[in-house]
Amino acid sequence: MKKTWKLRDLDCANCAAKMERAIGALNGVEKATVSFMTQKLTIEAADGADMDVILKEAIRCIKKVEPDCEVIVK
Amino acid sequence: MNRKQKKLLWRIIAGAVLFIAALILTHTVLELPWWGELILYAGIYLISGIDPLRKAVVNISHGQIFDENFLMCIATIGAFIIGEYHEAVEVILFYQVGSLFESVAVGKSRKAVTDLMDICPDEATVIRDGKRETVEPDEVEIGEHIIVAAGERIALDGIVRSGISSVDTAALTGEAVPVQVQAGDAVLSGCINMSGTIEVEVTKPAGESTAAKILELVEESASRKAKTEAFITKFARYYTPCVVIGAVLLALVPPLFTGFAFKEWIFRALTFLIVSCPCALVISVPLSFFGGIGCASKNGILVKGSNYIEVLSRTKTVVMDKTGTLTKGTFTVTAVHPVEMEEKELLRYAAYAEAESAHPIAKSLRSAFGEELNYALLSEQTETAGHGVAARVAGVPVVAGKAAYLEGMGISCAAAKEIGTVVHVAVNGVYAGYLVVSDMLKEDAEETVEGLRAAGADKIVMLTGDRREVGGAIAEQLGLDAVFAELLPGDKVAHMQRLKEELGENGSLIFVGDGMNDAPVLAQSDAGAAMGALGSDAAIEAADVVLMDDKPSKLVLAIRIARKTMRIAKQNIAFALAVKGAVLILSALGYANMELAVFADVGVSVLAILNAMRTGKN
Repeated sequence: MKKTWKLRDLDCANCAAKMERAIGALNGVEKATVSFMTQKLTIEAADGADMDVILKEAIRCIKKVEPDCEVIVK
Repeated sequence: MNRKQKKLLWRIIAGAVLFIAALILTHTVLELPWWGELILYAGIYLISGIDPLRKAVVNISHGQIFDENFLMCIATIGAFIIGEYHEAVEVILFYQVGSLFESVAVGKSRKAVTDLMDICPDEATVIRDGKRETVEPDEVEIGEHIIVAAGERIALDGIVRSGISSVDTAALTGEAVPVQVQAGDAVLSGCINMSGTIEVEVTKPAGESTAAKILELVEESASRKAKTEAFITKFARYYTPCVVIGAVLLALVPPLFTGFAFKEWIFRALTFLIVSCPCALVISVPLSFFGGIGCASKNGILVKGSNYIEVLSRTKTVVMDKTGTLTKGTFTVTAVHPVEMEEKELLRYAAYAEAESAHPIAKSLRSAFGEELNYALLSEQTETAGHGVAARVAGVPVVAGKAAYLEGMGISCAAAKEIGTVVHVAVNGVYAGYLVVSDMLKEDAEETVEGLRAAGADKIVMLTGDRREVGGAIAEQLGLDAVFAELLPGDKVAHMQRLKEELGENGSLIFVGDGMNDAPVLAQSDAGAAMGALGSDAAIEAADVVLMDDKPSKLVLAIRIARKTMRIAKQNIAFALAVKGAVLILSALGYANMELAVFADVGVSVLAILNAMRTGKN
């Protein structure tokens, strides 16, 4: 399962790398990408994982690194 | 500039004006005690630097001790503590100016790339109940009809149902060649409808349209990181803690041996903290790669990851397929040698004899003859697959095919001088001559080989399932290094493996084919390119580098872009490391001030970003 969200106010490239690392280490996440250029977060989760829970955790990781950065959840 | 940037600009201007005013006042009329100056400058500091300070406080509460804002604030607050008020305000101002420049430059290059990828229209005009409605492409169902007016971008893939127009595929292929379309023709999303209004029946949902797929590939390319990129993020991970530890040691150890001059050494240590931010390094490399990938896609070349940019830039061996890659893959009659009859007559017999064959060679004979065939004249056709055909044309027995086929009937054939597929013809049991059918080289085949050589490929090899003479002739004409002919798919894989072993780790092995049934061969290459992939999902899926149109010379362009991208990425790394290293050494020795350190941080970032933006230009 793979999903992508747009990020707002992702201002620092190193922060993107930190977020990517933190989200990648979350339970149930197989691969996470935080693209500084396209300002997008992509999460590939294991089958059966709850994407909503993962997203909540991911948002926490993002806020921890860059408090102003928002995930745009449609 | 966006709102955030404008706010930052105002903070900088206000801070700068107040700072200059304060400097003038305190040096002339205003006598302040030390705490008065502290309050004055701390106020100015807060006006211009409240944002990084706020972020630092929030982040430290999250346990992010190696956060850039935090380190910056420690450095400046430290400067306040040791009494360097001016320095602290100057540093935060300078830092904010750098941040503003950085933010603007990043915004610009992000925009440059997104503009490039702006190939998915936001809306489509759909016909529902006889009325036109403007909706988002997502809402259009398969089978619905959309209207595309002249000048509009086609929102969804489909088939033209009415209207005649020409469409420009430049956004997808990089080539501004208008293609004529009319009812029954397929059109792809992302193309621009140039002349007339067309009605298109949608065949794919928005998410699977060609434009959406291309966009997705380009955006996803960020997740396949180049080694250089992985190296630099890893480096950044250790760089900051190391420099911070260095700063702590610098503040504590030397004073123990030099008479406890803590103030001087703390000042040097604070300078270290400012240089400790790895942003210049981390930002410039992915930015360069992204620019390179963007530039390639503008030219109709999709590179599926930064890692392939790296691979392309090291191209040493290029393996090319023949049919459809170097040659057009369409057969043409290139020579007619009649015996005691007109050329046209020989063509006529050949065309009639092969009238019912679906073989590409038969098709080329019919098109060379050029006239409508009268099937009433034909009778008693028999085809011996792979050998030849026999038929009666207006009652006269005609045989056409390979020399062996005719000789089997006791008809001796002339030896053909030309290279290609030779079709011998006998009329009424008498040898009538032969025709040569061959595949034509693509117009840019020679240019491609020259270009590849200039771009560093020192071995260009052709693999083909075709006959040895045909392959050899093309290899000679193009000046290829080797040709392996009469190969079965399995043989191609074996050749690839051998070539890969010969090359070793000294460069990369690139394969170029038409993307059809190439998967096993593509898997053996360091980067596999598929040509003429526009509209072929399978080819786009299978290849690492997708050349949208069928020009092999695009590969040369791809390699050139890759090399330029790598050059710029390396320049940025070297530049950032050199400046940071130099400033670290200078500040440890006491020769660098904090302003220089700020330059080593944000200044270098801005310069690296500007340099990286060059990759997007071609």
